[in-house]
This record gives sequence, C-alpha cells and structure tokens, in this order.
Amino acid sequence: MKGSSLPFDGTPEQEARLRAKLDELKNKQGALMPAMQYAQELYGYLPFEVQSIISEELNVPLSEVYGVATFYSQFSLYPKGKYQIGICLGTACYVNGSQAVYEKLQQLLGISSGECTEDKLFSLDATRCVGCCGMAPVMTVNGEVYGKVTPDAVEAILAKYHQRG
Amino acid sequence: MISLKINNMPVYAQEGSTVLEAARSIGIKIPTLCHLKGISELGACRVCVVEVKGMNSLVAACEYPVREGMEVFTNTPRVLNSRKTTIELILSDHRKDCLSCERNTNCELQRLSHKYGCDSHRFEGNTRDFVYDDSTDYLIRDNSKCILCRRCVAVCRRQQGVGVIGANDRGFATHIACPFDMKLADTPCVGCGQCINVCPTGALQEKEEITRVQEALANPNKHVVVGYAPSVRAALAEAFDLPLGVNCQGKINTALRYLGFDKVFDVNCSADFTIAEEADELVRRLQDGGKLPMFTSCCPGWVNHVQKNYPELLPNLSSCKSPQQMFGALVKHIYSKIANIDPSRIFVVTVMPCTAKKGEKRRTFTDNLADVDAVITTRELASLCKENGILLNELPDSETDKPFGEYSGAGMIFGATGGVMEAALRTAVTVLDPNARFAPLEFREVRGLQGVKEASYVVNGRELKVAVVNGLLNVNKVCQAVKNGECDYQFIEVMTCPGGCVMGGGQPIRATIVRHKAEIAAARAEVLYSADRTNVVRRSHNNSGLQKIYADYIGSPNGETAHKLLHTSYQALPKYCK
Repeated sequence: MKGSSLPFDGTPEQEARLRAKLDELKNKQGALMPAMQYAQELYGYLPFEVQSIISEELNVPLSEVYGVATFYSQFSLYPKGKYQIGICLGTACYVNGSQAVYEKLQQLLGISSGECTEDKLFSLDATRCVGCCGMAPVMTVNGEVYGKVTPDAVEAILAKYHQRG
Repeated sequence: MISLKINNMPVYAQEGSTVLEAARSIGIKIPTLCHLKGISELGACRVCVVEVKGMNSLVAACEYPVREGMEVFTNTPRVLNSRKTTIELILSDHRKDCLSCERNTNCELQRLSHKYGCDSHRFEGNTRDFVYDDSTDYLIRDNSKCILCRRCVAVCRRQQGVGVIGANDRGFATHIACPFDMKLADTPCVGCGQCINVCPTGALQEKEEITRVQEALANPNKHVVVGYAPSVRAALAEAFDLPLGVNCQGKINTALRYLGFDKVFDVNCSADFTIAEEADELVRRLQDGGKLPMFTSCCPGWVNHVQKNYPELLPNLSSCKSPQQMFGALVKHIYSKIANIDPSRIFVVTVMPCTAKKGEKRRTFTDNLADVDAVITTRELASLCKENGILLNELPDSETDKPFGEYSGAGMIFGATGGVMEAALRTAVTVLDPNARFAPLEFREVRGLQGVKEASYVVNGRELKVAVVNGLLNVNKVCQAVKNGECDYQFIEVMTCPGGCVMGGGQPIRATIVRHKAEIAAARAEVLYSADRTNVVRRSHNNSGLQKIYADYIGSPNGETAHKLLHTSYQALPKYCK
C-alpha cells in the first residue's frame, strides 16, 4: 500500500474539527478540494484514515479522493518531520551537483522526496529554486539555509539536528 | 430541432445532443474509445475529433453539442491524421501481444489501429511501471494494456456505485488502480466484472480456470460434473457470431459432452431448489414475524456488498445458498449417493455469466468439501469450445442428464432481473393460499429493465409488497431506505448487474457500437422468458425431479438436511483491509 507506514496519531479533537468542517461542506458543489485542503492543513498530510473520513462524509468514493490527492502536489500522503529538509534541484543547484546531495540525503535518511522518517524527525522534499542561487547547491532545514553543500557535508548537518532531538 | 451540416449533408438534431449522435443519426460512425453513452462522457481519448468550421482546434464529437448552422467535417485529412497519431501514441506504451491476447479480434484499439492504418511502432519510448493485480479469485488487471480511457472507473462508480478504482498520480505516471494502490482483494470490490465488459482492450479479464478444468477432465480418477446457469444459453451463441437472442441450450449440452464432462446437468434445476427453500423461508418469516424485508441471496456480488457495506442488513439476507452452491452440494452429497461415487472424487464445474461466482465457490463447504471446484464464465466456455475445435453452430442438440437436468420455467427465468422474484412468487402464492382456484403464474410487474421495480399483491387477504432492484447504484438507495425504516416491502430481489445475470461480467463482450444500438439485456432475457412460456412445468415446486429428491433424500424445505446442504450464513467483513 502506498502512503505513510507510520501509525496514524490523529487526535479525537482533530477528527471532531474535520467532521464539523465536512458537515458544513457536505451539500455544496465542489466540496472535495476545500475539504482536502482543510484536512491537509489540520493533519499536515492525508493518510488513509483521513481520506476515509472525507470519502464517507462527502459520499465520494475513496478512489476519487485518492485520485485528487495524488494529482495535486499540494497534497501529501506523508506527514512532515520535526525538521523539514528541502533540497533544491533547480537549474543552478542542479548543475552544481545538488543531485548528489539529494542522493546522499535519501541514503542517510532512508526516504525519498515527500516522505518522512519513522521517528518523524526528518521529512525530505526535492524543491525548485529557493532564491539564493549564488550559494548553490542549497539545502534548507526548517527554513535555515545551507549553501555550497557537498555530499560529504550532509552527515554533519543531520547530526546537529539529531542531537537536538 | 437544430439544423446543421455534417460533411455538407443537412442534419436535424435534438437540442443538447452531441455531434457524435447527430452524425450517427445519418449513418456516419465517428470512432470512440473512452465514450460509453450515459456512463462515461468525458472526451478523454481524442479519437472522436472532428473539424468544425470557424474553430481553430479539433473538437471531441462525443461531448461537443450541436449548434444551429454549425458545419462539421468528420473525414478531412487533418481529422484522419489526428486520429491516426492519437492511436499511434496510445500504442507507444501498449503491450502489443495481440497475437495471443484474450481480446484478439475483439479489441476496440486493434480495430481502430487497423482501420486508420496505424504504425504501431511509430513512437518508441519509455513505458510506465505497469500495475498487475491478480489478488482476487475473479479478476486480473494488466495495466500494460490499459489505455486510460477510464470506462472501468466510470462503470464502477456511476453504474455500480462501488467506486474502488480510479486514476492515480498524474502525467505519465497516471494509472488506473485502487486507492493507495491497494490490491483489489483488499477493497470493497464486489466482483461484478462490469469493468471487464466495458474495457476496450485486454487490460481487464476474468481469472481463468480453464486450465484447472482441463486438468480435471484429463484425470481418470476424477468424475467431472458440469452445470450451467440459465443466462449462459442466452448468450453463448453471440461468441460464435450468431445474432442476439438465440437459445443454444441443446448445443451447449452436446458441446459439454464433446469436451469430456462425465455428467451434464442444469443449474436451472438447483434454481428450483433455491426457490423451494427461499419461498418457504419467506412464508416462515411472514408467518412467524421473522426479519423483514427478506433479501434474495442468489447474487454473490450483492452478498459481498452487504457483507462489506451493510452489515446491519445481514439478518435480512435469505439464508439460502445460491443456485450455484446448492448445485455443488446436491451433486456431491446426493448425486454421489445415487451414482454410488465417493464425493471426494467428484469435481464440480459450473459455467456462469458471472465473475463474482468465481469468488463465491469458496464461500460454502459441506462436510469439508467445497461445494464447487471450478467456475468458468460464458466467455471461457466459448474459448474452451474454440480451442477444442467445437463448431457450436453445427452441433446437434441433446438433453441434459438426470436427475439434475429437470427444471421448471421458474428456474429458467432466474437470469433476468425480476426472475428470482417471479419464481419465488409463483411458489409462495400457492403456499400462502393453498385453496386458491387460480393462483397467478406470471408476475409481469417485476419484469423489465427499470432499476427499481415495485409491486404489491394481495394473497389470501394479506398484502405482499415486493421490490426488484438491479444495478448496485440503485441497490444503495434501497439499502439506505431499508436501514432508515422508510420502506415497507416484505421481499426484495437484488441483482448486482443492470439487467440481471444475462448482463453479467462473464458474458460475451460486445463492442460499444453494439451496446449503443441494441438492447442486449432485453434480447437475452427474452430467450429465458420464451423458454419459460413453452415449458410444461412452470413452478419450481412442481419440478418432479426435485419432488423425488426431497422425498428420498432431503425431507422438507428448511428441514435439518436442507439446512446442512442448502443454507449458509454470512459475516460482516471490513470494507478496506490496510
């Protein structure tokens, strides 16, 4: 099965809020997108459990909810980590070797773009230009920018956040 | 009316109709791949493009509405070239094993490719990572032959209200699969196989059991017994290029003998047993204050649907096994005694118009023996005949074997929507009103292709309200009403497929052009109704073979032996298994 293998840890409060929103949207035309956007905001991602609630409440087949979730890049099937890593694969970073940095990150974290580690510490996203091409290749951690990153430097950067926990 | 010109010919068309329909009304066929009237109308495949004067780009005829004064051209070089390129692009990542494909010569993509003189290797490039799903007992999805037309998605959602497949991901990665790319077996798929019947290519097929049947036939230690459902005789002829609505029952009997089956029986006969049990169960529920409304339980797609979606309605389901499972139990535990054969040596094969029946064969066991060992569809029987050089059209007719070859007209009509209800009523009215001088025989109100039919009869001073539902989307509405206590029916017949078993997912596949032109369901149903009219015995309980078996082996309906052989129980199942 696609999607996060992490156990779902949504709270009853989150579910109550989601159901209330769905109740409000229920009989409106085109309710699916706003419902999914709300849920994405609320949970940070759209796991099976959340999509099932949306499907049930809006009376839309789960296959349709999932189809929309995988069509638009604004939706994610994976939660975000405590530390959200972005690695730029834009032109300037790419020609300066960001692909190798990306591969190193995937290897060390054991996840690909869009996914989250099992301890929910790190999530990884391959991004487009982050606006500081002069420092290419660039990676970001929760908005903190690391420039001229080499594959060898990645381990030390990750270790810093590991220590913080 | 709107007046327009198509290829310079004047045409009058209904307002709101499409260019495709207008063209067809004057005898011009515009090719389509994704279009299915009333079910799938999204203009995705771009094969139906035409030129409209004054428009810069080509438009999709299947969804483009007619306008007053419009001038349409369906065959300009630009149109033909565009269609050709579109088909060649579709072919670029299509697994082209046409020579051995199940759909060879009955493939809409192949036909179009040939018609437009396409070069199937013009565009060579990447292929997608194809989904191959054989997780269920009844269906195989091979996306290497999928052209993303989405007809299967539309039929699953909009006709059946099941919706377990959709288009996942986007761009080149787009593929048709279950949500979260789950296996089909882990979803609330009911197994109706309607998706197979609308697939233009070989991407969807039943899971074949021909091989197992052939192995059993070749095994000298096995006594191989076959029975075929009512609807098989109403459609098999179509697979041999005979017209719609030809009854080939006598030829099927001969063909099955040529194939080497030791005994050829008729599932019409066990349909009579179903009625004997089900009508009795209904009368008991009515008289003893049992759970009402009672739902029929012959249709395995419907039983799957209740188990996964409406567990609260399980007590409303008749406890009767389906005719297929009754057939297996009767053969293994009664025929075995009559013929003095060890039941474990008997291999029971059924031929069914249905794919869900393949899943159903493992539902019930009697004395640790599976009631049915293999289920082949009408299509598989056609393939088996063809492989064995059997020219169905040229075969002499023959009769079925005794004792499970005798049947009533009531058993025959089981294949059409309303048939099970009518058969049950024919028996129930005689039980409820034993002294009536003229018990009604034909219940025409429950016949026909409407999604939901209602009727009410007064029997012995008591009103009997019944409903007949076909097509699962309609079923969902009725289930909701029953759950909410909004309806006062006492008996409801449900068939998963629109039109009933004659339109099952295992029946010969007809091209869109035939589906749009002819009322296939009505033609196939008429085969059954006319056979019923000419049958001497027309009520199940009057089947003399059945009476003798009850007297000699079973006792009374719903008795102890009947319960062991002919009844079952149900359980709630999870909708999705993560």
